[in-house]
Amino acid sequence: MTIGKRRLGLIAASVLSISLVIGCSNGNNGNSSSSPTSEPSDSASASASGTTGSGGDPAEKTTITITYRDDGTGENGSMYKWITEMAADFPNKNVEVKPAPIQASEGDYFAKVALALKSADNAPDIVTEDTFILNSDASAGFLTPLDDRLAIWPDWTNGSFIEALKKGVTASDGKVYGVPYNTDSRGLWYNKEIFKRVGLPEDWQPKSWDEVLSAARTIKEKEPDIVPIWMNMGKATGEATSMQTYEMLLYGTGEQLYDDATDKWITKSQGIMDALNFISTVNKEKLGPPLSLVLNGQAGNTSAREYLPQGKLAISLDGSWIVGNYLDTGASPWPEYKDVLGFAPMPTSQGQAPGTITLAGGWALSIPSNAKHKDEAWEFIQFALNKENSLKLVTLLGSITVRADVGAEPSYTQLPFNGIATEFLQNAEFRPAQDKYPEVSTQIQTMVESVASGTSPEDAMNKYASDVARIVGEENIAER
Amino acid sequence: MSSLTVQPAYKRNKTYTWLFYLLPSIAIMLVFFIYPILLTFFYSFTNLALTGEAARELKFVGFDNYTRMFEDSTVTVSIWNTLVFLIGSAVIGQQVLGFLIALLMKHKRRFFRRVIGTVVLAGWVTPEIVCALCLYSFFSDSGTLNSIIGAFGISPIAWLFTVPMLTIILANIWHGTAFSMLVFQAALDDVPSDIEEAAVVDGASRWQILIRITLPYIKQTITTNMMLVTLQTLGVFGLIYAMTGGGPGTKTTTLPIFMYNQAFINYQLGYGTAISLLLLLMGIVLSLFYIRSMRD
Repeated sequence: MTIGKRRLGLIAASVLSISLVIGCSNGNNGNSSSSPTSEPSDSASASASGTTGSGGDPAEKTTITITYRDDGTGENGSMYKWITEMAADFPNKNVEVKPAPIQASEGDYFAKVALALKSADNAPDIVTEDTFILNSDASAGFLTPLDDRLAIWPDWTNGSFIEALKKGVTASDGKVYGVPYNTDSRGLWYNKEIFKRVGLPEDWQPKSWDEVLSAARTIKEKEPDIVPIWMNMGKATGEATSMQTYEMLLYGTGEQLYDDATDKWITKSQGIMDALNFISTVNKEKLGPPLSLVLNGQAGNTSAREYLPQGKLAISLDGSWIVGNYLDTGASPWPEYKDVLGFAPMPTSQGQAPGTITLAGGWALSIPSNAKHKDEAWEFIQFALNKENSLKLVTLLGSITVRADVGAEPSYTQLPFNGIATEFLQNAEFRPAQDKYPEVSTQIQTMVESVASGTSPEDAMNKYASDVARIVGEENIAER
Repeated sequence: MSSLTVQPAYKRNKTYTWLFYLLPSIAIMLVFFIYPILLTFFYSFTNLALTGEAARELKFVGFDNYTRMFEDSTVTVSIWNTLVFLIGSAVIGQQVLGFLIALLMKHKRRFFRRVIGTVVLAGWVTPEIVCALCLYSFFSDSGTLNSIIGAFGISPIAWLFTVPMLTIILANIWHGTAFSMLVFQAALDDVPSDIEEAAVVDGASRWQILIRITLPYIKQTITTNMMLVTLQTLGVFGLIYAMTGGGPGTKTTTLPIFMYNQAFINYQLGYGTAISLLLLLMGIVLSLFYIRSMRD
């Protein structure tokens, strides 16, 4: 009797919970960009099938895998489209190239890549590496040095690749661990239509942080429903928070993260306080997006793919690549972006020399030490990053090329904003090529998020100072 | 006659059968429990890292990870958050609420019991991540709760950011109360009704019956349930990670979240394992405390 009752209860409960689940998923469908699409995929299963697949094929094909980050767009993603196109065009028909995406937030991607690279069974043959972690992964012995191969690759030696950007793929041991495929700059994207409505200049060139803030205040006053300025401020947005927000501010005060002259990390300074105060002001005066949106792993997509194109956001401190979303091939096509958007350089704090600032990063293709088909992988990299295919990739991604010959192509220079974004690079700063940078970077994210959610800049900086001291050692820090 | 011949044989084989039947579970415990714990213990004395130079060669660093833990102010915050979350959602929330529901449902009509029981059970049978998504959408800026208070003209509140700890506590209560309720229902059914009736005849009030008879009678169950719920709550990760990610700042960073951040966001696996041992230690201490109080 009691058992029957219990069972009935259980059945009813499961029916109820299933309906709850369905209710939830329906609610999520409305928000297409934040719900992960396409089939779930992870590098482990993909590359495992890659290695077994070679034996199963009748034609004795070698299968090589490429691991990259899938931000939830699946087969609509630019990387996926480019890799499948390259795979189809690759002249060596004995080699099959398979995408092996890792579906993860930006913060989680690097941990998953590290786990994959570490494993002799699951390492892909090619991996897309952000240059900020390349040095770390190289120090860990995860990547193959490419110097010998590069020495006999004409494209590398004849000046096609911009010399200054080779620094990003050179690790602290002086060896090159990847072939760069794009770079980027950062600045203030703004919606000219909103600016016009509230009486701000359509050709906006702020000269100092105060001018950025006063523009934001004007927007808030005249159009309260519009988010005045978006900066990524959460731990969940990972490197985007460190680089697009904090470092853009910090380097704009004339301060640096790491002092190359003394080999010390700067953990306390007026520059740090100024950068944090800017973040604090934006949040205190509610000039930024609601915290629930910005402290979320999807924040970068929400601003670039929803708020900015939908006219719900006026200014966005973001990377040059976001326009890749607005192309016909992008995740959020927006043909009018060319006329509606403006891209202003980020001013230094008081407008002091050099007047504007940007940070440059970029991605590279690397071959893991545990890769099974290094020769085929190298052959593919040479093909995929030749002039013609590099152009295809940077066009799809909306990012800046690292090849001088691509930079001279009319079809590249014709793309809106490519010229401006490349101009920004004149005052570009780079992240410290230090083994410990990725760890310090997560402390930056913690610091920025805590300030955004109300901690005083001073407390946040003190915590940052003690956390960084623990990571790099007391003897390697400096206060100014 | 036959029983005489069977019994000695049974007795002779007793130890071996005992071992034989236990062998699979011993093997499973060794492989999936003892071995990982020993390995964790081992790694907590190393510089094991996901990337960087430390990933190239494993080095013994002695008690470095442990001293680092005592210097790290986030550890103190995480322990505090874990305790608040534990007491709020497990000890007070699930335990007390579960008991109250069970008590109120006793002697009620079967239809009533069935409806209420089903509703409470729904939270429990819902997978953790689904539960987290449901409550995330309930508390989020344009979520159910804000729509409800909006109907009364109250402007929306960013619940997950102004009272993040409260939201995850409520979420865990919603998710886990059914377990305590089921346990207490069974225990309350065992309280002999003749004792209660005798007390009523003697003029005892309802409150007196609860305090003097019911509670002492189910004391063992309370302690056991407390232990189970505590251990379950100490390990909650997915719910918090999906709802608040440990933020904003470190406001909902409990030890499991902190451990994950150190191991997979900061790439410091060695430090992460040391933190996991701290969590294990917390579980052991609390369990011992409950077991002792059960003996008294």
